[in-house]
Amino acid sequence: MALTLLRGIRTPTLFRRNAGLFFTTIHPPLSSFTTRAESAQATESKAAPKSIQLATKEAAEHKKQGFEAVIGIETHVQLSTVTKAFCSCPYNYGSQPNSTVCPTCMGHPGTLPVLNAKVVECAVKLGLALNCEISMTSKFDRKQYFYPDLPKGYQISQFDIPIAKEGYLDLDLPVEFGGGHRRFGVTRVHIEEDAGKLLHSESGSYSQVDLNRAGVPLLEIVSEPDMRTGIEAAEYGAEIQRLVRYLGVSNGNMQEGSLRCDVNVSVRPVGQSKFGTKVEIKNMNSFSAINRAIDYEISRQIVLHKEGQADQIVQETRLWDESSQKTFTMRKKEGLADYRYFPEPDLPEVVLTSDYIDEIHKSMPELPEAKRRRYENMGLSMQDVLFLANDDNVARFFDSTLEHGADAKLAANWIMGDIAAYLKNEKLSIDEIKLTPLELSELIASIKNGTISGKIGKEILIELIAKGGTVKSVIEEKDLVQIADPAAIEAMVDQALADNPKQLEQYRAGKTKLQGFFAGQVMKASKGKANPVLLNKILGEKLNANS
Amino acid sequence: MPPPLQAQRLLLSHRRLAPSHRRLFTVVSSLPSAPTLATGAVPSSILSIRESLLSGERTAADITADYLSRLRRTEPSVRSFIHVADAAAEREAEELDRRIATGGREAVGPLAGVIFGVKDNLCTANMPSTGGSRILDGYRPAYDATAVRRLREADAIVVGKTNLDEFGMGSTTEGSGFQVTTNPWDDSRVPGGSSGGSASAVSARQCVVSLGSDTGGSVRQPASFCGVVGLKPTYGRVSRFGLMAYASSLVVVGCFGSSVIDTATILSVIAGHDKMDSTSSSHYVPDYKSELIPQDLLESKPLNGTRIGIIQETLGEGVETGVISSIKAAASHLEQLGSVVEEVSLPSFCLGLPAYYILASSEASSNLSRYDGIRYGRQISADDLNELYGGSRANSLGHEVKMRILMGTYALSAGYYDAYYKRAQQVRTLVKKSFNEALERYDILVSPAAPSAAYKIGEKINDPLAMYAGDIMTVNVNLAGLPALVVLCGFVEGGSAGLPVGLQMIGSPFSERASYDAAVNRLCLPDGFEASRIKFQDRFHGVY
Repeated sequence: MALTLLRGIRTPTLFRRNAGLFFTTIHPPLSSFTTRAESAQATESKAAPKSIQLATKEAAEHKKQGFEAVIGIETHVQLSTVTKAFCSCPYNYGSQPNSTVCPTCMGHPGTLPVLNAKVVECAVKLGLALNCEISMTSKFDRKQYFYPDLPKGYQISQFDIPIAKEGYLDLDLPVEFGGGHRRFGVTRVHIEEDAGKLLHSESGSYSQVDLNRAGVPLLEIVSEPDMRTGIEAAEYGAEIQRLVRYLGVSNGNMQEGSLRCDVNVSVRPVGQSKFGTKVEIKNMNSFSAINRAIDYEISRQIVLHKEGQADQIVQETRLWDESSQKTFTMRKKEGLADYRYFPEPDLPEVVLTSDYIDEIHKSMPELPEAKRRRYENMGLSMQDVLFLANDDNVARFFDSTLEHGADAKLAANWIMGDIAAYLKNEKLSIDEIKLTPLELSELIASIKNGTISGKIGKEILIELIAKGGTVKSVIEEKDLVQIADPAAIEAMVDQALADNPKQLEQYRAGKTKLQGFFAGQVMKASKGKANPVLLNKILGEKLNANS
Repeated sequence: MPPPLQAQRLLLSHRRLAPSHRRLFTVVSSLPSAPTLATGAVPSSILSIRESLLSGERTAADITADYLSRLRRTEPSVRSFIHVADAAAEREAEELDRRIATGGREAVGPLAGVIFGVKDNLCTANMPSTGGSRILDGYRPAYDATAVRRLREADAIVVGKTNLDEFGMGSTTEGSGFQVTTNPWDDSRVPGGSSGGSASAVSARQCVVSLGSDTGGSVRQPASFCGVVGLKPTYGRVSRFGLMAYASSLVVVGCFGSSVIDTATILSVIAGHDKMDSTSSSHYVPDYKSELIPQDLLESKPLNGTRIGIIQETLGEGVETGVISSIKAAASHLEQLGSVVEEVSLPSFCLGLPAYYILASSEASSNLSRYDGIRYGRQISADDLNELYGGSRANSLGHEVKMRILMGTYALSAGYYDAYYKRAQQVRTLVKKSFNEALERYDILVSPAAPSAAYKIGEKINDPLAMYAGDIMTVNVNLAGLPALVVLCGFVEGGSAGLPVGLQMIGSPFSERASYDAAVNRLCLPDGFEASRIKFQDRFHGVY
């Protein structure tokens, strides 16, 4: 039931100025940011934090050219609460248009917002995770503008007193991008409600409004302008995604719009403290796109600077176009938008107690940064650390395997090797396979104590992943216990030598590589169960003794 | 940019210059004295309906028919209703009678058979709800406002939707997008506003009680103009859910009745926390009507120990002398009943009016944004979005509403916010403080409900500042969020029976009971009241 809410109006010129691309974006007035970010960038910077080193190639490259980029990010996280922020409607991505709406989220006369307490809990969780100062008293404000997807003509948001402020986010850059630890400042986290969506007819002659998303709770996270390269910005976004998933406050899905990043990019000559004119980029739906869009935009701005056309860089919103791998102008900002913020009179202040915050603090899981530092201290390489800690499910599997006594390095190797390969091939996540952390630890132990060989181990692993069961039962069922009796191995070696006189002759003539051939023959005869160390020792003795 | 205080001076100077206010009225106590009704002759209409219904003396259908017939007779001149739900009311009455017949008195709620009118800015399920605006012409909400729902759950019967100034913006009901309501006491005069329809409907006995809303005096001033009891409860006392918002931080749902006990009865039903309104209070709801001072105790100084302060600033320049003398007479009556009455000064009193108009307009500019013609209400056909918004709003909203939206938009704009909105909030804090201080010394503060009695239709329609100035008595109470009760306390000359004057009694937050006690029905009415009342009845609605 696609309810036509724009009842029969023809709007041929409605979106003309935005060309076709407007249709793919979410919401221009909502995400075009305001005085806050403006002032954040306009003020003199207190120089970049010391932790920012120019470790990445891109930054070094820009610096070589005499320029430095400054990047700030506004992230909208859609909370996965059961009901919307201010009414009791559910929200499910992809539902029939206007199927999860009520008079309140449709802005009918006389309806009033009632705050969903879960939203505050999520905000406090994320605020704490971002090392923010939590406001014991915060309030809601109205941000006012007209747009058909905004039912009330204003968005309930938080203006001068956000629920959390002045925090930071720690992350480790991927090794392939040069690695390095970073700390980026977080200006604020505030609560607001999402708007609906416009559905445009193919002919462009009319538009329809879907208000399912109207009133869905969002947290907006505003970063300090601390990033210098596309990869730093992308990793910041990825770390936010990890955090919200670790905390369980959002599914963090970019394709569904549950996590949206708008970035502000400016470029300035190295040594200049004043920021250059910033440009906002939207419409990136992956972290890789964020990385590429920013690097493209930085290059574009540097070129203009170098050509003496810095005045061509104007305050505007640009869209990232995936097909051409370029950004281009969506709309120029004509002065500052005036949203006429004022305190929302329909909602009382949000007053928190320290008990409430402590309670939430206690309930929080170990966060990615703490996890990475813990793994690092186990002696794992940064590559391993990042692989294990980046996915909450993987980290949980790994930790659980360690709890059952497995060696960290060995467990990491299994998870990152055979298990990861299997997951990749089968397009599964680690919590969808039948292998349990307990059995992985058993498997590692069985190899370590010589019950089975590593090769057999791999076979058992695949069996366990696909069918489940225990290491013990698979070993027994398939009779896979390693043959470690020297006499039995010796007998098999003798047999192999006797069966292959020609190769034996060649070996003795100097073709010592053939030791591998004999080992293979023995392995084959033992169905892979011969202890490889013993086998090689005995085989070597036999081959060389008779020479 | 002029600071807000200058704007306030401008308003006051207009008020002083208004020639209509210069006319002198004599107190109606000079009217020929008529036979006084026996004590207890102004009973609770609600109570008498209940008694006759449960004793089997009358049926709900009879009662409804009575009111509907009076409504049909008087409506052509009063025009208090935008929508009359006569068929539905008759159906509900019959249903009540059936329940009484089968289940007896336990089968019906405490307000069974009580016919009530609802100001049209309160939503009523499946009944037109326009807020007095053409932009909502034909709009039928899917839900009842909480106050309406609670009355209905007590088995009261909605008889229709009463007229108002568009979205509650105005003091005469001339600002309605549909019709002009007249004052039952003199049909050339306004009933006051914005709840003019609700006040005149009770005054003309078109219904037993009615609901209104009071943002800056919209219940109290029309109660004064129409000679009925009007109650503005404490902010948050009654849920605002279903009330079309004009100024959310100031407004509260109130009610009208022909007696104090009736408004007390209604308040007991509609008050209390509502999970649909986070600003509604969970403060305990007493039975407001119980233990009111009985009328037969009036000789025994029942108000002994009550401290009453007359607000000095409300009896000065710009207030009609007839109004002043009525209030003073009421004050001395209160004294005779045992209370101590003193004059009290509230220095910030005159700051309230400009602060109120800035805050109310600011909130209105935001609250009315939802009337954009997109999801409901009137929509013009247009070629682009701005034209759609502009056209739908320009064609359907009235002048006063547009003016307040513009004023509010201006006051909230970047660069002006601090000078207007923020400054007005500071004034609000001052006003609150000065009221709180005064209410520490006095149980009740009294003042006129309006600087004049009802004026002529059209008299102030082109002079908004003069009209705004008429709200001087009431707006401070909304800024402070206090409860106030208006009761008839005298008359000034005008019309055929004189024009009623209301006394405003202001209490501390959630002290509605104290005002009721002091008001004890027609307690503060001077001699001459009955004469006017009888004349009014004879002229207007015959027997009731």
